[in-house]
Amino acid sequence: MGDGADRRRVIIERGSVPNLPRYVKLRHDKGRDRWVLLAPERILTPNAVAVDVVRRCDGKRSVEAIACELAEEYDAAVEDIIADIIEMLQDLADKGYIRA
Amino acid sequence: MTEANGANSEVICATAPEGVLAELTHRCPLQCPYCSNPLDMDRAANELNTEEWIDVFRQAAELGVLQVHLSGGEPTVRRDLEEIVGKCAEFGLYSNLITAGVTLTRERLEGLAAVGLDHVQLSIQDVDAANADRISSYKRGLEKKIQLAKWVRELDMPLTINAPIHRQNIDNLEKIIDFSVALGASRLEVAHVQYYGWAFVNRAALIPTHQQALWSVDVVERAKERLKGIMTFDLVVPDYYAKTPKPCMGGWGRRFLNVTPTGKVLPCHAAETIPGLQFDNVRERPLLDIWLNSSAFEAFRGTDWMAEPCRSCELREVDWGGCRCQAFAFTGDARNTDPACGKSSLHKELVALANEEAGKPAPPFVYRRIRSDVAERKSAQESPAET
Repeated sequence: MGDGADRRRVIIERGSVPNLPRYVKLRHDKGRDRWVLLAPERILTPNAVAVDVVRRCDGKRSVEAIACELAEEYDAAVEDIIADIIEMLQDLADKGYIRA
Repeated sequence: MTEANGANSEVICATAPEGVLAELTHRCPLQCPYCSNPLDMDRAANELNTEEWIDVFRQAAELGVLQVHLSGGEPTVRRDLEEIVGKCAEFGLYSNLITAGVTLTRERLEGLAAVGLDHVQLSIQDVDAANADRISSYKRGLEKKIQLAKWVRELDMPLTINAPIHRQNIDNLEKIIDFSVALGASRLEVAHVQYYGWAFVNRAALIPTHQQALWSVDVVERAKERLKGIMTFDLVVPDYYAKTPKPCMGGWGRRFLNVTPTGKVLPCHAAETIPGLQFDNVRERPLLDIWLNSSAFEAFRGTDWMAEPCRSCELREVDWGGCRCQAFAFTGDARNTDPACGKSSLHKELVALANEEAGKPAPPFVYRRIRSDVAERKSAQESPAET
């Protein structure tokens, strides 16, 4: 057993490349017609925007790339949405549901 | 039943439980005096067999359940656990293994990971090995748990440490937090013991003082800040000292169901402590029908059953009147407001009793054992006011 001192908080930045760990699962909950993120003893219900972000967390796209894609899709400016995306991913990372 | 399986299936799924707590067995090598199993435990010979459990999970998935909590007793004493977990994964159910961690080999853990186990929750009794042995009445458990935690992390599976907290380990809470970080846990449940079943019998040996309880909450709040992004916390407070009751099970028959080793379907794991409820069995009735229509689920679902002060309380759909089992255990009537609520006429009595017990030396534990003298303890449980 180590002393745990090597464990660090993941900080999400524009250049971060987020991914969903294997044990976090995005599923469509048909009965309740909603998307859910299944995690250890937790069920999160992300909103539509969050689902669009999380689906792109594939370990290949950077936060900036994700923001660019969504800016195009929503017809918004990248700078208008990137801060919100970072905040959301940081929150998910703090709960252990996103790695980067 | 036909209606339930047919035309209304979409509506039904919309009200399905999110989670199933499956008590695969009541067998366990540990004897913790706060075990959530009933005093009168099921024998191995009567347990659901492999096919029956698989059918339960198939039905659960069909009705819209998202997560299963594979618990016990000690679920790993079932030799068919791998087969059951594999089927859960196949049915799309997220699986949590809730284990004491003293029986698993690395080979079996690898096997479970390979068939799709999603998460391991490991319980600890204390970080002091001798005290942990004493609490669980099991020798050298802690070193086995540490070993299991290492394997879990080596296999890159998420690890939760569950630490039931009480007067005989609460002073080590800070060490328990550090221990969990060092083990690589991503979650720690600081779970103050809730007093029904075995813990009700052992309450005087377990309940901390109000001061200790407040201190523990403060320790967790500070640790949460310090460990942000490293480890998350679930804090279950000792509700004897709370002002409002917990929304037990997220409301009766709203989000969870519990299947016992012999197939009884309960709204919560302690529901059998409430006399007069009739529980249906998966051997006799489809799960969906039980969930929708079983009299035990209907008994306290929603708010219609409530009396005052719950009925007119603005929090009635927040805490759902608290815990029915605790209401019964303390007041003798499960329809009463949970005495943990400040609005209950018995709340002051509850707090006074807690303080009195916590202030005296702890009596010896009544260990969790499958024995024939449970009737004696049951009667002790059913007349708490005299104790």
